[in-house]
Amino acid sequence: MWPGGLGFGKPFTRPAFPQWDRESVERFDAIVVGAGPAGSAAALTLARKGFSTLLVERGRAPGVKGMFGGRIYAWPLVDLLPEWAKDCPVERFVVRENLAFLTEDASLTVSFDSPKLAQGRGTSFTALRSKFDAWLAKKAQDAGAMLVTGIRVDDLWREGGRVRGVSVAPNDHVAADLVVLAEGAASTLVRKAGLKADMEPREVSVGIKETVELPPETIQDRFGLGEREGAAFVYAGYASMGLRGGGFLYTNKASVSLGLVVSSEDLSRKKIEVQDLQTKFRMHPAVQRLLRGGKVVEYSAHLVPELGAGMMPHLSADGVLVVGDAAGFLINNGYTFRGVDLAIASGVAAGEAAEAARTAGGMTKANLAAYEKFLRARNVLTDLERFRRAPLYMKNERLFEVYPRMLMEIAERMYTVDGSGKERLFDVVLDEASAAKVPKLKMLLDLLQGARSM
Amino acid sequence: MTDGHVLEDKSHFRGVWVFLEHRKQGLRDVSVQLIGEGRRLADLRAATLTGVLLGNGVDDLAKHAIGYGLDRVIVINDPILEIYRSRPYAQVMAQLIRRHKPEIVLYGASKNGRDLGGRLHAILETGLAADCVKFDIDAEGNLDMIRPSFGGKSLAHILCKKHRPQMASVRRNVFVAPPHDPKRTGEVVPETVELRPSDVDATLVDFHEFTKEGGLRPEEAEVVVSGGYGLGDPEHFAMLQELADLLGGAIAASRKAVDSGWVPKMLQVGQTGMTVRPNLYLAVGISGAVQHLAGMQESKKIVVINIDPKAPLFEIADYGIVGDLFEVVPEMIRQLKALKGGATGARTAVPATAR
Amino acid sequence: MTAGEEASRPMRVIVCIKQVPRAQELQVDPVTQTLKRVGVPSEINPPDANALEMALRLKDEHAAEVIVLSMGPTSFDESLERAVAMGADRSVLLTDRILGGSDTVPTAYALSETIQKIGGYDLLLCGEETTDASTGHVGPGIAGHLDLPQITYASEIRIEDGKVRARRTAEDGTEWWQTTMPCLCTVNFGCNRPREPTLTGKIRVERGGLVTHWSCADVGIDPKKVGLFNSPTIVAKVDTVKLPRRAGRIFSGEPEETVRKLLDALIADRVIAL
Repeated sequence: MWPGGLGFGKPFTRPAFPQWDRESVERFDAIVVGAGPAGSAAALTLARKGFSTLLVERGRAPGVKGMFGGRIYAWPLVDLLPEWAKDCPVERFVVRENLAFLTEDASLTVSFDSPKLAQGRGTSFTALRSKFDAWLAKKAQDAGAMLVTGIRVDDLWREGGRVRGVSVAPNDHVAADLVVLAEGAASTLVRKAGLKADMEPREVSVGIKETVELPPETIQDRFGLGEREGAAFVYAGYASMGLRGGGFLYTNKASVSLGLVVSSEDLSRKKIEVQDLQTKFRMHPAVQRLLRGGKVVEYSAHLVPELGAGMMPHLSADGVLVVGDAAGFLINNGYTFRGVDLAIASGVAAGEAAEAARTAGGMTKANLAAYEKFLRARNVLTDLERFRRAPLYMKNERLFEVYPRMLMEIAERMYTVDGSGKERLFDVVLDEASAAKVPKLKMLLDLLQGARSM
Repeated sequence: MTDGHVLEDKSHFRGVWVFLEHRKQGLRDVSVQLIGEGRRLADLRAATLTGVLLGNGVDDLAKHAIGYGLDRVIVINDPILEIYRSRPYAQVMAQLIRRHKPEIVLYGASKNGRDLGGRLHAILETGLAADCVKFDIDAEGNLDMIRPSFGGKSLAHILCKKHRPQMASVRRNVFVAPPHDPKRTGEVVPETVELRPSDVDATLVDFHEFTKEGGLRPEEAEVVVSGGYGLGDPEHFAMLQELADLLGGAIAASRKAVDSGWVPKMLQVGQTGMTVRPNLYLAVGISGAVQHLAGMQESKKIVVINIDPKAPLFEIADYGIVGDLFEVVPEMIRQLKALKGGATGARTAVPATAR
Repeated sequence: MTAGEEASRPMRVIVCIKQVPRAQELQVDPVTQTLKRVGVPSEINPPDANALEMALRLKDEHAAEVIVLSMGPTSFDESLERAVAMGADRSVLLTDRILGGSDTVPTAYALSETIQKIGGYDLLLCGEETTDASTGHVGPGIAGHLDLPQITYASEIRIEDGKVRARRTAEDGTEWWQTTMPCLCTVNFGCNRPREPTLTGKIRVERGGLVTHWSCADVGIDPKKVGLFNSPTIVAKVDTVKLPRRAGRIFSGEPEETVRKLLDALIADRVIAL
């Protein structure tokens, strides 16, 4: 059709490229795949321990592909980088914690204020991943790790039944004795390494987040905060429209992170679009009161692994360790979201495990099993196991619809003074319990179960 | 092998030259078009308009060329120059220019023209402005060479104030061909230039000419149906080809469609592609970036089909349809077929449902 | 080198590239009326990327050595690093303040001098033109300076019996040209799909030493032949383009109706005949 047979529209076939020079395959002691908090913490630790380390990130910069609720618990940084507070890109230090229950138009909020929240090891702060991840990756570079961005590792490089490194393309391999998988929730390498069965919907939640721009002064006024102070909210009940999950709100310097984590199984079962859910949440009067006039400037959605400790992948194999979200190190127990701190701690533990394995003679599965020991020492596994009931508990539907509604009704009756005769609180509670048609025994059990898992 | 950079007095340089590119015993369109513009500039400068023709046995062609408005033609006949080759052509032109000192030299911005101009301007260490769309003479007598810049958003005025000759290239169809007057008289000046076999370092070993079956070229067609980013897929160009066939025209494309890899670059209309001046330019799914306009704005009638009523191209449209091209184009094909289908071509032959 | 060494040394290909603002992101600085280059997303000039891909294929097939050359500010390192990460062996950036404002004549001269300093080259490749200036002059200009055979708009290059064979798509047909080396070819935009950088390539870049900076003094370039004031052409003035508006009849509605109205109008105007 075209002059000269230029043949447009024909599929492009790559010519076969020979491996130019086998001897020139690059090699490192350790390769960390993914420069999120887990990966960078692992690379930093490995580099400090004298491993030649390569940190490979698929985004064009660390943090471009990361997503989280918005708050980081600082305790692992305190050990890893004692001077962290000097140059860490903190948005605001959290000084107030809030737990809110919502119905269609009403809200009940419990607020906890304490200066202790922003002191010492218990400090937490709000952050933006693009800045935080870049900062932590730079620390890893300063310690001697090499950072390469814009490359997606496709598979582990295996030869003779052993992991020899990573592979990006048939003729693009890099050799290493140890590969640390820090790819995040949608990790493909963990599966390719045979370390995790494909996730069932039951195990996966969807996290959705909007960044709402507001001037810092407005944020400080509305939330009653000082210049570097921040607030954190957890929302239960209507926020997720009866779906299992919860909402969150974190104040950044000049924006607010607002989002939801909901069961993906419930989403598909009830055929709800997650963006609609988020919009409804944002438009709730209690939320609007705080965000009025703000502009939504960013939107992201991400998978959140919700594996209880009983469902975790195997964490190590010959020449392989798994850290961070890729390992399912996430806690969502109904009143707190934790991921980044566990990721960092697991990265450090992986570095320690590598050192132990090196001393023991090599990166074998047996030697790397020390990883579990180090995870326990940092309470990563401990916390996960303690909250292992949480996913199951979180699947208790009553928590998301019935009980919030009950609480709201109780609150409404308590606070309405209209001359129709005031009741006693206890009677109100019993009355509402009957109205909710939940047998008292079941309520008691739920209460106990909830208390145990918290 | 370049000139020293001691600049000679500008007043020694006089005359407007047009490099005449030829193929198959005829002049290229762009060379003819440049003779017309060259005539205008030569008259403004009260100078001679000279054509330069290199080839083998091209004396008749030289005589013919005068009819377009040249005062004279310098001809070099040599077997080495039979076909265009960069090195010998550049060496000959350099010698001629040093010998005769023209003030202005114009080239068609064809593949060979750019090949030659680029090499020559470095040898002569003088200015060359590419793809000019307009010329003026400024107050000091310099050639004001006007070309699009910054992706077509602006027009830049290029001056070559101190160096001579001032050289410029122009794409096909930017200027209109002058009429040919067979009775026009002028001088054919044969010249010789030193050429050795070692000057020939590149051999043409094969040549496949494009045939008309390869598709009507947009630059020659009276109707052009041009597709843009809105088509979304290379396969949809087949639909445009069908429409073009019905209208007896050629298809073309915008830069975005070319950059997306849907069609070859040779179909691109625009500042860095072709300039076309058909009777009808039908733009389908093209928003109308300024660079595209530069390539088609001289079309007699412009018709724009786009789903976005705010598409800039509508501003220079004679007619337009705001609608989904995937509905409009098939409908056009359908109605055209129906109109053609009637043996007498009578409108009444169209079935009632088409109305 | 002895004749034997001469014959067995790998072919050296030098590719000239330029870093340009990404096509969709062309921004004009309102003060200087020049293209904004700093702080704007940039890329390797796409036709130069095609030239580089061509060189890398010669490296695949003939174990050629590929050196990438550019002239510009140090921000061009980004493109040179990308070229090395794609597989080039090393790169040179000719960077010097006195080069600022050079048009194609000093650019061709400066690059030619730098190429001669690198030396030992068999094939020079560049893209057919740049997406920001679109002159296409520098490649042929270099060939003129170095008095090399040149083949422009090459869409395919083969090395056979120590000669270069290039397929050239001209207006009238496809030509196959043959020439001896050293020679220069400019490469047809879009004739191949440039490969992505590899992890191995990026690691090599990070290890360092593969991007060299040379100043004009390093190369021996005459300052009186480069820069804004030694360029034959200048931009005297820039006008914004005015759209030639036409009084258009725009139809909207059902396709059947709008198409009918359009065809009626075009037939009445005698623009189409049936």
